[in-house]
Amino acid sequence: METANNFLRIKDVSTAFKINGQYYDAISHINLEVHHDEILAIVGESGCGKSTLATTIMGLHDPSETHITGEIDFEDTDLLQLDDAGYNRFRGAKIGMIFQDPLSALNPLKRIEDQISEVMTYHTSLSKAAKHDRVLELLNQVGIVNPQRTARQYPHELSGGMRQRVIIAIAIACKPDLIIADEPTTALDVTIQAQILDVLRDIQRENHAGIILITHDLGVVAETADQVAVMYAGQIVEKGSAKQIFDTPEHPYTRSLLRSMPQLDNQQDDLYVIKGNVPSLQKMPTKGDRFAPRIPWVPASAHEADPQMHEVVPGHWVRCTCYQTFQFPDEGGVTV
Amino acid sequence: MWKTILRRLLIMIPEVIILSILVFLLAKAMPGDPFTGSINPKADPEQIHHLMKLNGLYDPWYQQYWHWVVHLFHGNLGNSYQYQEPVSRLIAGRAGNTLWLALFTMILTYAMALPMGVFAGRHEGQLPDTVIRVYTYVTYCIPFFVILVIGIWVFGYILGWFPTTGSISPNANGWAQTIGSHLTHILLPGLLGALFGTVNIVQYLRSEVIDAKHSDYVRTAQSKGVPSKDIYRHHIFRNSLLPIAAFAGYSITGLLNGSIFTETVFSYPGMGLLFVNSIIYRDYTVITALVLIYGILNLLGTLLSDIILSLVDPRIRID
Repeated sequence: METANNFLRIKDVSTAFKINGQYYDAISHINLEVHHDEILAIVGESGCGKSTLATTIMGLHDPSETHITGEIDFEDTDLLQLDDAGYNRFRGAKIGMIFQDPLSALNPLKRIEDQISEVMTYHTSLSKAAKHDRVLELLNQVGIVNPQRTARQYPHELSGGMRQRVIIAIAIACKPDLIIADEPTTALDVTIQAQILDVLRDIQRENHAGIILITHDLGVVAETADQVAVMYAGQIVEKGSAKQIFDTPEHPYTRSLLRSMPQLDNQQDDLYVIKGNVPSLQKMPTKGDRFAPRIPWVPASAHEADPQMHEVVPGHWVRCTCYQTFQFPDEGGVTV
Repeated sequence: MWKTILRRLLIMIPEVIILSILVFLLAKAMPGDPFTGSINPKADPEQIHHLMKLNGLYDPWYQQYWHWVVHLFHGNLGNSYQYQEPVSRLIAGRAGNTLWLALFTMILTYAMALPMGVFAGRHEGQLPDTVIRVYTYVTYCIPFFVILVIGIWVFGYILGWFPTTGSISPNANGWAQTIGSHLTHILLPGLLGALFGTVNIVQYLRSEVIDAKHSDYVRTAQSKGVPSKDIYRHHIFRNSLLPIAAFAGYSITGLLNGSIFTETVFSYPGMGLLFVNSIIYRDYTVITALVLIYGILNLLGTLLSDIILSLVDPRIRID
């Protein structure tokens, strides 16, 4: 009964990259679910493992350089057990992916039409004419004004926004159940961003797809997401509905992120800055709260030795116990 | 596009004029003259003096140059001092040999380099890649003429598989034997030239394939569910062959330059050998004619490269 709507389950997934002969976790023990008709946003700073999670679901890692454990159950199949050929039945057909940089994600030597119809060649038995019609239909669907013309063009003849629309057209060509959008709007300016997000939302409604939206832009999350997972240093530190995350953020990292977002009604002189950086893979702490070094005023006793996810209210999970007592320095949080 | 080609050809005119002046002066700047020692080691200096005067070799350089140009426009490249026959006929007689050798070398080079480069790039870091890379480094480190000499020594003398000099055996009768003999004579120089010529292409292609392999558009293709075999065929090969195709125009002229070494070492009667001999004998008319031809071919090769590139890369359109 759960599987009907709960079509992607990521269970305890870790992805480790080989660096100088040793494996380091880029994401560790991720648990997530995605439902039909739902946009799950994954947010976090650069380097926290968002894109690694996306490419892990897509199976785009070179097996000789990466070590992946856990389970990714997608419509009753554990994707991680598939070989390359098996994976190819899902990629493009049931899972579509939208990439961050529309400038480089298209092959510069192929016409737009060929790049879109390529995905149909491998997953459908459509005739050439049918594929052509479908290409025009798709281009129309993603909001391209003159599909006939665009289909014949090469990527360099299109603007960034147009190219991102083409990439979306490729991702949705076979009506996938799941769309992974890896920072689809980062490379675009704000007005185009809004249009692209509208396109994504429309497609989701039409196809009843689930979308994983990866972004570091909390504004985008607030506008589009139903569910939110906040990642820090390869772990999920908080997850819940968008309302829960934005109205009652609990984890210090989530609160810091929200606080460092410029707001119209709160015209402080300075924005809040989270001190320090996400640790690199080799320097990732193996035990304790990974975010602790960036909130040094919080006493060690507030953190769990081995931080676990705690359900605050139904559906709203937070890692570590430090959220219970956490305060920002200007709220009187300095106790050390 | 035709307009651009025409414009490029027109730009070539001043280039060729400057080239011809330089060529002419450089040839004249060489010490020595075409007559000393070539008639009779004991020839009377007065007689040589007289010959020099007769041939206008004491005139100021611009007068000599002007004469040369005027004759050039009448299709007359002058007479070779050494062979006493028109330079045009002399070169025409050798051009065929050089052309066949160059063509053969080029086909062999690409036939060897393309699979090697793609293979090495595809299996980056594995044993076959290492073997190919070692081969390219070693070959690149050895001067070309040393490769030629070693090649002759091993395959020509020790193993005796190939003839070591000339372009045809004097005993060849009938067209079948003639062609066969020609082929056996270009086999070894062509092979050795290709061995050396592959190095650049292999290394270039290898790094192009590696770049393409990690490119975003290949990741897009993977996420479309395209099998890796087809990704190589449709995305990686074509994209990485692009700069190689552009290289082809230049490589034609490169081969003609290379023929100077090959033909000299193999005593293969082509333009390269003629060139070296004319320098030794100060055969000015032949030198200037040949350098001019090489220069024009170079300019044409550059134009050819640009045209090829515009045909294969949609981002580059000349119009």
